[in-house]
Amino acid sequence: MLPKQEVVAMLLAGGQGSRLGVLTKKLAKPAVPYGGKYRIIDFPLSNCVNSGIETVGVLTQYQPLVLNEYIGNGQPWDLDSMNAGVRVLPPYQRSRKSDWYKGTANAIYQNIQFIERYSPDYVIVLSGDHIYKMDYSKMVAYHKEKGADCTIAAIEVPMEEAPRFGILNTRSDGSVYEFDEKPKAPKSNSASMGIYVFTWSKLRKYLEADEADPKSSNDFGKDILPAMLRAGERMFAYRFEGYWKDVGTIDSLWESNMDLLDPNVPLDLNEDSWKIYSRNPVMPPHYISKNAKVQNSLVAEGCNVYGEIDFAVLFSGVYIAPGAVVRDSIIMPNTRIEENAVVQYAIVSENNTIGRGAVVGARPEDIADKDKWGVTVIGDGCAIPAGVKIPPKAMIDADMLKKEAAVNARK
Amino acid sequence: MRGNNVLGLIFSNVHEEKVRELTDTRTMGSVPFGGRYRLIDFPLSNMVNSGINKVGVITKKNYQSLMDHLGSGKAWDLSRKREGLYILPPFGSESNINNSRIESLASIGLFLKNSKEDLVLITDSDIVCNIDYADVISFHVKNDADITLVYRSGKVAYGVSNPSVYTLDPDGRVRDMLIAPMSDGECSYGIGMMLIKRALLIKLVTDCVSRNLYNFKRDLLQRNIKSYRVFGYEFSGFTKAICSMGAYFEANMALMLPSVRSQLFRQDRPVYTKVRDDMPARYGLGAQACNSLVADGCVIEGEVRGSVLFRGVHVGKGSVVEDCVIMQDSEIRQNCRLSYVVTDKNVVIKDDRSLVGFQSYPVFISKGSTV
Repeated sequence: MLPKQEVVAMLLAGGQGSRLGVLTKKLAKPAVPYGGKYRIIDFPLSNCVNSGIETVGVLTQYQPLVLNEYIGNGQPWDLDSMNAGVRVLPPYQRSRKSDWYKGTANAIYQNIQFIERYSPDYVIVLSGDHIYKMDYSKMVAYHKEKGADCTIAAIEVPMEEAPRFGILNTRSDGSVYEFDEKPKAPKSNSASMGIYVFTWSKLRKYLEADEADPKSSNDFGKDILPAMLRAGERMFAYRFEGYWKDVGTIDSLWESNMDLLDPNVPLDLNEDSWKIYSRNPVMPPHYISKNAKVQNSLVAEGCNVYGEIDFAVLFSGVYIAPGAVVRDSIIMPNTRIEENAVVQYAIVSENNTIGRGAVVGARPEDIADKDKWGVTVIGDGCAIPAGVKIPPKAMIDADMLKKEAAVNARK
Repeated sequence: MRGNNVLGLIFSNVHEEKVRELTDTRTMGSVPFGGRYRLIDFPLSNMVNSGINKVGVITKKNYQSLMDHLGSGKAWDLSRKREGLYILPPFGSESNINNSRIESLASIGLFLKNSKEDLVLITDSDIVCNIDYADVISFHVKNDADITLVYRSGKVAYGVSNPSVYTLDPDGRVRDMLIAPMSDGECSYGIGMMLIKRALLIKLVTDCVSRNLYNFKRDLLQRNIKSYRVFGYEFSGFTKAICSMGAYFEANMALMLPSVRSQLFRQDRPVYTKVRDDMPARYGLGAQACNSLVADGCVIEGEVRGSVLFRGVHVGKGSVVEDCVIMQDSEIRQNCRLSYVVTDKNVVIKDDRSLVGFQSYPVFISKGSTV
């Protein structure tokens, strides 16, 4: 019998993140690199340990290799303790009714056994696609104080963006009377952050009922929460203030990286009391050469900068050749930007080479037709030949380049 | 495959008197170096990268910072059930407590006896280099040597204490050994690394102690050089001995050369160190940096030229840091001018301060000071 854990966290990390295109071709969204050295999942995992939560189940399904390897035994997050820690939970075969995770609620349902081993009072359900720092212990305390069955973290969003979110309509005491999934005419701007605290005994009941309903889509937002509301369970909104960003699209991923370069954005990753842990690369400090120009940028270990960077996020081991210019871009690990190449408004994935004089992306001010402008994305393992021009908004992946090379060879 | 029948031993306290400023509150092994390392990272990583699975670190005094740095040995992959890292604190009665290397080795007699490896690799921790000990080991085995001494050819660096100078046969056999001879020409000199049969080490140490001889170089090595098969292995890669503040400064500055970095920080033999989980270095608006080595967690809003910045250093607006070594978490506030300065950890330089040293004699600011 394992020692009781008051709170068990379940992290939904099975999503494909199809809106990230080539970036999630070979890895699940939570494993997407962020901020010069992190992966998205570092944020919920670090929040858990910093909040004193010792048991985390990570539900994986889509392309789990990189994520599994990254999480490993959980040691970088201090989640390798003897009786608790992080556990990767893929769908598995059982004697009857085996299935993939059909929805977020079904993923938790299939792991009731895992949760029960710790006899928790509360279960916190998290997702692996947001960048934020949050003390979950405060949310659990709020949940207890309100005597709630379910507490949903909520953040105020600009009214015009509200239709993109699940909106929580609350009474003055903070209790939720309506959960409006992506409303056309939102009644409030209090958006669900996809972070739920449940009283475990209650959640278990609803998961079982939901599973028995063949018409259900087995989703928290669409099925479980509405069912709880209908039955009159105590549901509260927990107001969160601070930086929170969904990084599920190319634009929001790019923006959130750029936010790290803005001293006015309240997201300090250097805070001693709330560190964001990650697997650290074994590399020497980065080197800035004599003729390099470096401003407004984030530079990780092992980089060699000989060119010019401005508003750039460089991951470990990136090489910027003399004369190369990188502006308003994110360059992921071990990519080389060769001489006189120009990279602007782009996300360049891992292990790429941008050839001499190549031009990737463009500045919005240089484009007449604003609809044609967007962040350019280069998938991992590409070799962009010298002198090639990649237009804005393009999305390139290595297989595409290979096919093209084969076609050219036949000609 | 791991495990190669070699036990590693590192002396963490050697030659500390040479850089008194840096070793006032720490061991030689825990002297910060190169933006994110401690000196012991180099011998330790070299051993691990050469397949050595068991490493003993011999300590004498002030080893709190060293223990904090090494922890369980996890960062070097030495936190293991089967062998791994052993910190060997002083042991014995007060009179014979590790005053000399021979006493230190005698005090770990049981550790040596209970180890099962046939060979022992002994190194100092004041040499910065990336050496493949697997080559030294195969050289030793091929020559059926009793002892293999690692040496370099050239002039002995100024400040090295009691250098050993070897006379070698063309086949690499060491015929003679002189300690600190009068010479300033080219020679073959030791760099504080040797490979020796474990049984022989135990025998020689016991022998010395029983005769009341306590000088490692003179009594254990020189006296026996003709009685055993002693060979010299030449290492010609980048090597720097930290034998003075000037040398320490130079060694840090040498890292600006791509050729030095490529020899020291190889992908196939990485240098491991304790993890700190800092965010990547952030350059602010109007920041300028050139020819510098900058570690994680730094925030640079001023100007940095020709300097090594350790983890978590802050350079404020309007400040110029030129030809400096700024250690962990030091803070240089606004409009300061620093030139040829070495600051230890957690130093604060307040607004508008100006500090200027000279290349051969950098100004040193001790740990935790406020200027």
